[in-house]
Amino acid sequence: MNGAPVTPQQTITMAHGSGGKAMQALIESLFVATFDDPQLSKLEDQARFYLAEMSGGGDRLAFTTDSYVVDPLFFPGGDIGKLAVTGTVNDLAVGGARPLYLSCGMIIEEGLPIETLQAVAQSMKRTAEAAGVSIVTGDTKVVQRGACDKLFINTAGVGVIPAGINIEAGGAKPGDAILINGYLGDHGAAIVDARGELAIDSSIETDCQPLNHLIADMLAICPDIHCLRDATRGGLATVLNDFAHASGCCMQIEEQALPVRTEVRGICEILGLDPLYLANEGKLVAVVPAAAAGALLDRMRAHAAGADSAVIGRVAEAPAKRVLIKTAFGSQRIVDTLIGEQLPRIC
Amino acid sequence: MKYVDEFRDPKRAAVLQQRIKRLAAQIFARRRRPLQLMEFCGGHTHTIFRYGIEQLLPDSIELVHGPGCPVCVLPRGRVDDCVALAQRPQVIFATFGDAMRVPGSRQSLLEARAAGADVRMVYSPLDALQLARSHPRREVIFFALGFETTMPGTALTVLQAAAENIGNFSLFCNHITTVPTIKAILDSADMKIDGFLAPGHVSMVVGETPFHFVSDHYHKPLVITGFEPLDILQSLWMLLRQIHGGYSRVENQYRRVVASDGNDAGLNAIHQVFELREYFEWRGLGSIDHSGVRMREQYAAFDAEKKFSLANLQIADPKACQCGEVLKGVIRPWQCKVFGDQCNPQTPLGALMVSSEGACAAYYNFGDQQALLRLREENGASV
Repeated sequence: MNGAPVTPQQTITMAHGSGGKAMQALIESLFVATFDDPQLSKLEDQARFYLAEMSGGGDRLAFTTDSYVVDPLFFPGGDIGKLAVTGTVNDLAVGGARPLYLSCGMIIEEGLPIETLQAVAQSMKRTAEAAGVSIVTGDTKVVQRGACDKLFINTAGVGVIPAGINIEAGGAKPGDAILINGYLGDHGAAIVDARGELAIDSSIETDCQPLNHLIADMLAICPDIHCLRDATRGGLATVLNDFAHASGCCMQIEEQALPVRTEVRGICEILGLDPLYLANEGKLVAVVPAAAAGALLDRMRAHAAGADSAVIGRVAEAPAKRVLIKTAFGSQRIVDTLIGEQLPRIC
Repeated sequence: MKYVDEFRDPKRAAVLQQRIKRLAAQIFARRRRPLQLMEFCGGHTHTIFRYGIEQLLPDSIELVHGPGCPVCVLPRGRVDDCVALAQRPQVIFATFGDAMRVPGSRQSLLEARAAGADVRMVYSPLDALQLARSHPRREVIFFALGFETTMPGTALTVLQAAAENIGNFSLFCNHITTVPTIKAILDSADMKIDGFLAPGHVSMVVGETPFHFVSDHYHKPLVITGFEPLDILQSLWMLLRQIHGGYSRVENQYRRVVASDGNDAGLNAIHQVFELREYFEWRGLGSIDHSGVRMREQYAAFDAEKKFSLANLQIADPKACQCGEVLKGVIRPWQCKVFGDQCNPQTPLGALMVSSEGACAAYYNFGDQQALLRLREENGASV
């Protein structure tokens, strides 16, 4: 061990990113100790895998990366660490891959309490264990105050796609059913609420959760899932528009079938936001053959991550490349992707 | 959800829809031309598109989407002044969220923020005052805009700032008034409107009385209307009942919120802090007499227009814009020469494409654009 281990009472200084003893102490006593992975503990510049071990699980590798810059770092039901693992695990899983290994790059603003960093790392470890993935390599940078906001995390992930699984946004076919695994907009509403600008007392928690086990269950009874995405930034509306454009079909959803919590509806009513566009961190949208929809729905509802699953619509031929929503009154309107960020309305 | 679901009940909507159809058919049998009914308020426009209400109405009713979106009608010169204020050193510029995207002649506030200005989104003018308290060395300017709905909140914030003697807080006042604007629409030569849905939340403040001139002098029916889909349907039916009966009155559909005399405390605060401007410039409609307010001399210390020097330039709307004609119901949004091509929500040319409450943006976002484009071709509009 180089240098004394860091303690929760300390704060991050530029020295923790300098490549010297302070940095080694931070990496070893915080990240390596918390993530507790044999690959990581070797402190090589890269993690190494045996191809033979991986190829047993499928015939293709899946590889993805995402960066996490959420403010505040901790919010009801989650934190940036949980998000950083979940998001990348889910990005692998919605391609049909079994997620295996993650990297973790931390960009830390000087002045961040070590205690905070420790809490984030512990949350990453817990989430990785729940998802059944290992954090096998990492990087740490410290930047001057003001050059980033407290803590940014990048994770990349590798997984293996079993032979015969072909999920893609362009795979939707007229007649297919559209499914979702639970309530819309919880994450987006929890973040708005946690910023404290509204002074609303609510019980909304983020839906942040790994979806890989649920997806594995779904693929077990229906390997022929046509499209699958997690509805993160831009919400359900954005995912459905992606499907509609890639497949050349029309996604028709029913407003009354959309699961939205009363609290989330309330925040949306007050601010003039639309739950269709609110971010989720544990919601998947699946387009599946209609014949398989019933069995899939039962299987999803039997899983903790899919207890409130619902069929929300179907795929039609026309109007091509459009998302239509049918209101409770029987009228229809187009659901487009957002131009910029969703801004609260004045009155 | 209480007080919301009741007003979105599809069964009740179907009953109203049938009543509207019956009355509209009887009226059409007499007139042989469609009725043009204007919802003045952007909040109503939003509800109409959000719930697809136009699809529930017979062809003999045309809804004309009025100028009541304060974000849309803000002229480019005023936005330029906002950007200039926001760019001053030491300034924190506080604004409602949807005002951030409104284009000035060079930049929007969102773009100014990206370029380094300290622009912050607030949910209430009191949030802006709190910014001033917590940043005593900074100059906090609140972008005050909206009709009478948002005026009392701004006025009370100024009174609070005065009571606390807060020296680093001011308003850039762009509040506008409803009644002179409705009058200007009624006075315009190409006016064709047969009846008005009046803004519910403005009426909550000003009451029913200020609207009486519409029925008394112009003989047009007017119904003060709430913002849920059943409110809109019921109010449309009430307008039809007046037209069918051949009379014009001010009726109040939104009685659960609007008292006939309005809100005394709100009105007092408005009168204490604000006075009418001789005229105010509107994007799309031009200058309208008495259609805006400014701060009284007594509160000059909180008036950003007096505290800082502003260019206050008038910048004409782009020539191709036909917002004024759309606002008055002379043409429909998709009949505008630049709709959807040069003017779209990403790069709005005209007022009505700016906010999601603007009629053109609503058509663009919620309407069947392909059908609209086909219609335009049939109408021979140049692409």
